[in-house]
Amino acid sequence: MSAPPINNVPVLEVRDLTVALPGGADRPNAVQRISFTVNPREIVCLVGESGSGKSVTAFATMGLLPKALTPTGGQILLQGEDILTASEQRLRELRCTRMSMIFQEPMTALNPVITCGEQIDEVLETHTKFDPAERRRRIIAMLEQVRLPEPARIYDSYPHQLSGGQRQRIMIAMALVLDPALLIADEPTTALDVTTQAQILQLIKELQERQGTGVLFITHDFGVVAEIADRVAVLRYGELVEMGQTRQLLTRPQHPYTKMLMAAVPSIHPRHREDRSKSELVLRAEGLTKVYSGGGFFQKSRAVRAADEVTIEVRRGETLGIVGESGSGKSTVARCIARLIDPTGGSIYLGGDEIGRLSPRRLRKHRRRIQIIFQDPYRSLNPRRTVGASIVEGPMNYGLSRAESLERARKLMELVRLDPNALDRFPHQFSGGQRQRICIARALAMEPELLIADEAVSALDVSVQAQVLDLLDDIRLRLNLAMLFITHDLRVAAQICDRVAVMQNGKVVEYGLAADMFADPQHDYTKALFAAAPGRDWQFGEAAA
Amino acid sequence: MSALSDDSVVIADAAPVVRRLPLWRQLSHNTSVVAGAAVLALILLLGLLAPLLDTMDPSQINPSNRNKIPGAEVTMRLDDGSVVGHTAWMGTDSLGRDVHSRVLYGVRVSVIVGVSVSVISIAIGLLIGLVSGYIRWLDGIVMRVMDGLMAIPAILLAIALVSLWGSGLVTVILAIVVPEVPRVVRLVRALVLSIREEPYVEAAIAAGTRLPRILVFHILPNTVAPLIVQATYICASAILIEAILSFLGVGIPTTTPTWGNIMAEGRQFFRIYPHNILFPGIFLALTVLAVNIMGDGLRDTLDPKMAKRTG
Repeated sequence: MSAPPINNVPVLEVRDLTVALPGGADRPNAVQRISFTVNPREIVCLVGESGSGKSVTAFATMGLLPKALTPTGGQILLQGEDILTASEQRLRELRCTRMSMIFQEPMTALNPVITCGEQIDEVLETHTKFDPAERRRRIIAMLEQVRLPEPARIYDSYPHQLSGGQRQRIMIAMALVLDPALLIADEPTTALDVTTQAQILQLIKELQERQGTGVLFITHDFGVVAEIADRVAVLRYGELVEMGQTRQLLTRPQHPYTKMLMAAVPSIHPRHREDRSKSELVLRAEGLTKVYSGGGFFQKSRAVRAADEVTIEVRRGETLGIVGESGSGKSTVARCIARLIDPTGGSIYLGGDEIGRLSPRRLRKHRRRIQIIFQDPYRSLNPRRTVGASIVEGPMNYGLSRAESLERARKLMELVRLDPNALDRFPHQFSGGQRQRICIARALAMEPELLIADEAVSALDVSVQAQVLDLLDDIRLRLNLAMLFITHDLRVAAQICDRVAVMQNGKVVEYGLAADMFADPQHDYTKALFAAAPGRDWQFGEAAA
Repeated sequence: MSALSDDSVVIADAAPVVRRLPLWRQLSHNTSVVAGAAVLALILLLGLLAPLLDTMDPSQINPSNRNKIPGAEVTMRLDDGSVVGHTAWMGTDSLGRDVHSRVLYGVRVSVIVGVSVSVISIAIGLLIGLVSGYIRWLDGIVMRVMDGLMAIPAILLAIALVSLWGSGLVTVILAIVVPEVPRVVRLVRALVLSIREEPYVEAAIAAGTRLPRILVFHILPNTVAPLIVQATYICASAILIEAILSFLGVGIPTTTPTWGNIMAEGRQFFRIYPHNILFPGIFLALTVLAVNIMGDGLRDTLDPKMAKRTG
């Protein structure tokens, strides 16, 4: 189907590409005069933070730009043919046969009401003249190549019956079934767990080598870059700031922005931490269990043990990390401890008080002692209230006057390094990182004994993430707070935690000092997690220094 | 990580701030809102200023002027006995009443019904929906009652109420509100169910905020935009239902002119004198269309998520 790969001619050549943003945006162009090439058998990574224009570049290449964005200059040459001037008809012919794309969210990229096999079949039916039996044979062969178990069963499965990793494999199978010359992967592993991510990266690499595909791989994660890329291009605000061979760029970055980005990647080696094992015990959860029982009148009830006999302790001035993949129950534990959900069993001791079984009325006076910071900075502030109103609400609930609360809010804004005069603004006037700082201020306004950060930096860009992590650690030290830090990211855990609890399927499988665990993990699952961490052999920060 | 000094933090983090236009500016940019509001304002003015717009007493019967075509010159006897000439711009009906006057005065009834039905049903529905969405054990009971209410057709209810209390404005409004409330309750409940899971509500719970305060300060304000949009649709449908009820004779008695009962009056001689149905029909259609267009525009501006979902 595809044109025979001509050696030494790039599969993709982007020349001076400029894509204009609609008027009123923060800058005139989404991408500005960027040029790069992707050769056959080569993986080129586009790295950048959100809004850097990396996805726009990918969509422009596929001819899938939204109407609001218009390419205003340059060329995108796919094996010598300009995509920007190609007709809609021609683009349809090129997609899947010569260029394919896989997306970040494999659930939304697949049609939920058609079986996976039929969805791949649609590609073959549109672009080839094979008879149905031959098509089926090829699809099954492709499903085998992406290493899905029981291809025949998978062929007849609907997307919701597969796991996230399996769905992404289906997407890859669909993208590669016609052996395209160029594969565009737009953050294909961002929505996946770290162990699944490692497998998918491995798979993309293998298939690409076997088929000789050129890959344009879009990511924000330098770990992934280190794992997969041959060459790297760094984007910032739509401009290409640096491009080079992976090893060279990762060891000797030239541009200050690249250096800053890499310095912001947390090291996987724990920092030296003071010994807090003698300080006062703030929280002890004993045998904490949460069972979700589903089902209603007509369905068989199905119980899920989201948290299973979890026992953890946090001392004053110390950070306990709970690390695990999605569905491991780490957030359930956090939300039980904050009493946002009621635990099914076990006890929660806060200081000397048991709060796990208190009624809402008796619980109220203990509420302020535990505060929580959430993952999504865009949803954790009420969009209709000023940030000042959000911060003073808690203290005023506990009897502080408005004036006193506002005074405290102003001090806290300074503590989280924001302008105290911004208290009368609304959340939409702040960036994600700033909002997360406001959430921290709101939590601190209650003068809590325990601060829970539930994936509090996961939604942030890496440079902002580093700043918020620094801030959290600084605050813990200054206020001598006990902190419970929930994360899926081992690098983040290494930087901020004194002790770590690794969770799997609702159980704590390993629990100990961060330094010991990172040096010598004991449990098989912990070992697997470490082995899957992308770029674990790289010290990005050191290269940048 | 330590490569960043404390001073650089705020600057490095100062991502471009999204500026939002004030609400009225956003609305004034939306053609649907402006067009719909303009037509509505015009109709409303016609209703308010009816006495000044060359109208007669809308219920004055004059057998000698029966069934005149639009534009006909007629003479009218006033209450004080004097006789005046008058142009019947929209003709007269089978009892010699001036259709032009009746249609303009009819605006008042339609507007009163539309506005009061939407205000009353939103108010009641909001209250029930908030409670039902947040207090889980009440939810099942309340929603079953609402399902029951929803099964009552407005027209049958109106007939029942009219036979109990006699026809009138209050009866009509009540008959339309009752089946409308469950729809609002369902909308509010669905909104509350999704808003109560938002982290900012959980943060308020963690801050020890009491339930009534959470409902009023955190959940209620975030339901306002979709409710305003819903209110416009309720208003349009209430105006239509009132016209239907009056047309069927179970709405507002003919002594008070409404578009529905003017049309009912004209039904008999529709083939010969279509103006009796045509003019109130045009007004009715224009009003409902304007309200709906404005509602669509409001939805696009106030509730962009919903606009995307429904296309």
